[in-house]
Amino acid sequence: MEPEAMPRPAALIDRQGLQALIDALADEGYRVLGPMRRDDAIVYDDLAGIDELPAGWTERQEAGRYRLERRDDAALFGYAVGPHSWKRFLHPPVETLWTAHRDEHGLTFRAPEPAEERFAFLGVRACELHAIAIQDRVFLDGPYVDAGYAARRREAFIVAVNCGEAGGTCFCVSMQTGPRAEAGFDLALTELLDAERHDFLVEVGSAAGAALLERLPHRPAGEADREAAATVVARTASRMGRRLETDGLKALLQDNPEHPRWDDVAERCLTCGNCTMACPTCFCTTVEDHSDLSGTSAERVRQWDSCFTLDFSYLHAGSVRQTPRGRYRQWMTHKLASWIDQFGTSGCVGCGRCITWCPVGIDITEEAAAIRATAPDWRDD
Amino acid sequence: MSEPSRPRLAVWKFASCDGCQLSLLDCEDELLSVAEAIDIAYFPEASSAMGEGPYELSLVEGSITTAHDAERIREVRARSRHLVTIGACATAGGIQALRNFADVDDFVAAVYASPEYIATLATSTPISAHVPVDFELRGCPINKLQLLEVLSAFLAGRRPAIAAHSVCIECKRRGNVCVMVQGTPCLGPVTHAGCGALCPAYRRGCYGCYGPMETPQTAALAREWQSLGVAPREIRHAFRSFNAAAEAFREESEAHDDQAP
Repeated sequence: MEPEAMPRPAALIDRQGLQALIDALADEGYRVLGPMRRDDAIVYDDLAGIDELPAGWTERQEAGRYRLERRDDAALFGYAVGPHSWKRFLHPPVETLWTAHRDEHGLTFRAPEPAEERFAFLGVRACELHAIAIQDRVFLDGPYVDAGYAARRREAFIVAVNCGEAGGTCFCVSMQTGPRAEAGFDLALTELLDAERHDFLVEVGSAAGAALLERLPHRPAGEADREAAATVVARTASRMGRRLETDGLKALLQDNPEHPRWDDVAERCLTCGNCTMACPTCFCTTVEDHSDLSGTSAERVRQWDSCFTLDFSYLHAGSVRQTPRGRYRQWMTHKLASWIDQFGTSGCVGCGRCITWCPVGIDITEEAAAIRATAPDWRDD
Repeated sequence: MSEPSRPRLAVWKFASCDGCQLSLLDCEDELLSVAEAIDIAYFPEASSAMGEGPYELSLVEGSITTAHDAERIREVRARSRHLVTIGACATAGGIQALRNFADVDDFVAAVYASPEYIATLATSTPISAHVPVDFELRGCPINKLQLLEVLSAFLAGRRPAIAAHSVCIECKRRGNVCVMVQGTPCLGPVTHAGCGALCPAYRRGCYGCYGPMETPQTAALAREWQSLGVAPREIRHAFRSFNAAAEAFREESEAHDDQAP
């Protein structure tokens, strides 16, 4: 992945071209999903056209706070990331794993019908591409492949958008996951908006992306367009709302399980699980078995779970992590440290959702900094 | 093999509004399946036929507010192999447990023309304060799907799949946007799941109908409510509703008790 060494083919489309992109994807049988304004937030849902995009809106994000605000332009992607992530489509919150039926012939197990849906995601940010890549490692690597995830992922068409706005809780620059989309997309857009123009620079990331671009009204991008796009990304990179020092972070957390800061955060933590639900990489689930009243049918349902519940670590005779301290420490240490042991990268992409969507505004970057500031014994890796 | 006999069910009412036992009748589509699987032997709300005990399963609605009921629940327990309490009254004392924070004689004098005819206890207490309870199903009112899950689990001899975590987890699964982060005080983070995050789905803060979740960090939540501009008196009122006497909610409401009303 050396995008600078081998510049991708690039083109320009205008807003009509963007509408043509949505139409072409729908025409090819994709369920097109993208950002839209609903419930005073920018959420991801079924998108029919560019009129549904949150034109002229941005958001103000802080720890535990989110507000939509008007922009002074008509940017279609002039915000960072909202409460949703693409996780809810690729790794759905509730999924039936099997059903069973009992009759006079015995017991029959059935896998659910594979979904016919093919997703096209419009507006995937660089941090979200990294989050998808992280969930790919969880669900697709190794001997136990998640068949449902694999099917959804294989069929998905991804239109990335390079960020033109940094959110107040963003720190992708620290995590080296953005704000520029480097890989993992079919097409990547950069919104170019000023008094004279409202265009999108389109970079091609796959053969499928190249084929789709051919169906759209487009014109070649010049060097000035590329420079304008690079300026957008550079400006965003310089405006990160948060910063996380990752140097030696793994050892810092793994060497300090008794740091007093864990008690401090436990006083504030609600153990509600919102951070894990909002996180685009948290993948944990629980399975529930249900039987019906007549005893003839049963089903196993998988649902998003959280390491903040007692049931999550329940073993015979009780839960391993009884205290809020133990649970917060488990989540943060896994996310930023033991994830590296397990999957080879950090589990954090710097999207800031856990900070914004924590009802009491606990800030993972602030917690890490506090531990670093006063840790008695952390070593250089 | 002979046809296995259906387990006998009884539904009992103590101090309550009947809403939770109506959830059973509200099952509609599933009601015939319930009646096929279970012999509904005693359910005065539904039928005047009142079968004698003993019962394999008793569903108990309501709290204990009179000496007579304190005696009656012991009889119910003695005649029931399994006893499941349903709803906030039976599991936490209900809204009528507001009397626990005041002098009940004052209420009686204010409400009744002839207070001398009223014999009542000073407190409203959950069923579990009087007899052993096999399972507590939360909610004001209970969720009928959760009631069916409890009945199905009972029939299959398995543990009911009823989560005790926060409302937030079901709220996020549902795809709701967090109202608290958008400035609306919400009890969801300290409230037991079960309703499916009903109020936040309609852009309202959670009212705490299902009582405290498994590890309710009420003090941390109350601090955040204060930073959203909620007065101590309002915080006290929020924790003092249908589950006012549930330990965690009672303690938190009392922590905001010394403020001017």
